[in-house]
Amino acid sequence: MADMPKTLYDKLWDAHLVQEEADGTALIYIDRHLVHEVTSPQAFEGLEIHGRKLWRLKSILATADHNVPTTARNEGIADPVSRLQVETLDNNIVKFGVKDYFGMHDSRQGIVHVIGPEQGATLPGMTVVCGDSHTSTHGAFAALAFGIGTSEVEHVMATQCLVAKKSKSLLIRVEGKAGRGVTAKDIVLAIIGKIGTAGGTGSAIEFAGSAIRALSMEGRMTVCNMAIEAGARAGMVAADEKTIEYLKGRAFAPKGAMFEQAARYWTTLHSDVGATFDRIVDLDAAAITPQVTWGTSPEMVTSITGSVPEPAKETDPVKREAMERALQYMGLDPGTLMADIRIDKVFIGSCTNSRIEDLRAAAGIVRGRHIADNIKLAMVVAGSGLVKRQAEVEGLDKIFLAAGFEWREPGCSMCLGMNEDRLSPGERCASTSNRNFEGRQGAGGRTHLVSPEMAAAAAIAGRFADVRQIL
Amino acid sequence: MDPFRQHTGLVAPLERANVDTDAIIPKQFLKSIKRTGFGENAFDEWRYMDLGEPGMNNSKRPLNPNFVLNQSRYLGATILLTRKNFGCGSSREHAPWALQQFGFRAIIAPSYADIFFNNCFKNGLLPIVLTELEVDHLFNIVSATAGLQLSVDLDRQTVRVPSAQVYIFDVEDSRKQSLLNGWDEIGRTLRHSDKIKSYETARATREPWLFN
Repeated sequence: MADMPKTLYDKLWDAHLVQEEADGTALIYIDRHLVHEVTSPQAFEGLEIHGRKLWRLKSILATADHNVPTTARNEGIADPVSRLQVETLDNNIVKFGVKDYFGMHDSRQGIVHVIGPEQGATLPGMTVVCGDSHTSTHGAFAALAFGIGTSEVEHVMATQCLVAKKSKSLLIRVEGKAGRGVTAKDIVLAIIGKIGTAGGTGSAIEFAGSAIRALSMEGRMTVCNMAIEAGARAGMVAADEKTIEYLKGRAFAPKGAMFEQAARYWTTLHSDVGATFDRIVDLDAAAITPQVTWGTSPEMVTSITGSVPEPAKETDPVKREAMERALQYMGLDPGTLMADIRIDKVFIGSCTNSRIEDLRAAAGIVRGRHIADNIKLAMVVAGSGLVKRQAEVEGLDKIFLAAGFEWREPGCSMCLGMNEDRLSPGERCASTSNRNFEGRQGAGGRTHLVSPEMAAAAAIAGRFADVRQIL
Repeated sequence: MDPFRQHTGLVAPLERANVDTDAIIPKQFLKSIKRTGFGENAFDEWRYMDLGEPGMNNSKRPLNPNFVLNQSRYLGATILLTRKNFGCGSSREHAPWALQQFGFRAIIAPSYADIFFNNCFKNGLLPIVLTELEVDHLFNIVSATAGLQLSVDLDRQTVRVPSAQVYIFDVEDSRKQSLLNGWDEIGRTLRHSDKIKSYETARATREPWLFN
């Protein structure tokens, strides 16, 4: 059996098995635990109540990202409830002796899913967890990475393990060459449009094919980030030269001879020829166009060249009702061309699209242009302090500012509006984030998910526009 | 964790698919550092006519009369009947906390999002999976029968409609035992401390860069 071809997921799972019961319930070992202020306070409290310690201090990398303000950070957090949550993390870090903490005023602070890879704290072959569903992002590094609830956060803190059962395997192959102006975001939105928001439920997704291999590490992170929007807790991509090159010299990555040794192991982290998957889905990259969501679920997505669908044509009554409700919430009429939808705000940021490559791409569209008169606010929120600084070194901040964008401090910001960055009721936003749920960006707010390039193009046009005509 | 064995209670139908955790408990309430106090804000944006914020006196807020859980026939419901992919989206355990603190002990749906499903079991809230057809039947019965109560028996894995049919549901045995007994999972895992330590030793030999 030793020669049985294995999937990448099989390899990662097997390497982390501490023990397995006859019914398949396993104890799996967790290498990296990312911690933020929202889902950790009750876990730390649970440890305290039971008199338990952290099993492995060095597995933890913590930051404050959800509640932090993106303006005037030196003045602290105005909202006392938000402030208490961040201060509670600050205190728990000291109380439990955590070493690696990028607090609100640390130059390396940022969105937890941006700073993990940026620091080399996410490595191939690891299991990575966080009390946050977008932990799937880290699977871009051939890691098994998934979101957990607060009880499991506490479980990992106390035992370095999780009780789990192996998921099914889903291979999503995207072959061919994506056209100009078609990004990682468009690829993953097209995937979700095809398999649905529950299409990956119960599965770990491996993204493969020439179009995925052609993506940068940033692009692969964007794709894996949204695996959860297709219902899969984990998404992953095989390790290759790009993976190894990206990690060289990062603060938490191994150095020198140890790096070479690690890299030799990392190159084995791919699915073997002949490995079998429970399900395979194929997409043609050349057929994918820039995507825009029209509804209140990421699966409610279409091409920029398309129009708002007609619920009357849907035969499934539950689906039809959901479409009608979504269109009512979104304030859209069936048949409206996507390119005719005017917007009020633009948000470029979030763990999906706030890395340096995203900012470069958006700046490339914005350069020498100005946001339209009907845009009330266009903001760029870098994913981390280091991304922000790099962008400033490259002069991207000046391009955005000259075009009428605001240039903010790093954090989750208006992806979910736990800080003061929110949509007002009825406001329509072109957003590079990951969820268009009702109220996600603020009660009554209307979110359309797009790529950074498409968000930039929408800011300039004041409505959705086909970025391919601008490039 | 509180055990779950049997429960009989009023059923409320939430006729929506893909109910996400942002709907179950909106983000502004996640700022709490406690495990309690979420029930009054369960489904906040659907349940109230105004915008909810932490610290409000919820008893003074205007209720949305069209929201099913506000209708008098469903007041006091302890079993939530809903559609597929319930609990999709964020990993926030505040979602099962809010449902449980609202008063729910069990949920019935054709499917759930993975993280939410897992989180329910950690809190003694039983997410029952029935087929689409069975859920359709239950929706019909609930709408036709005022005050309908269902009886859930986890040990026997049954949902019983009074003087009518019994539905059988599947549940993984490990999850079932944990719920029936109200086990402290961390305590149970820590009984394997030696195994975890020997795993770490072996792993440090294979991948020494992880244990520097």
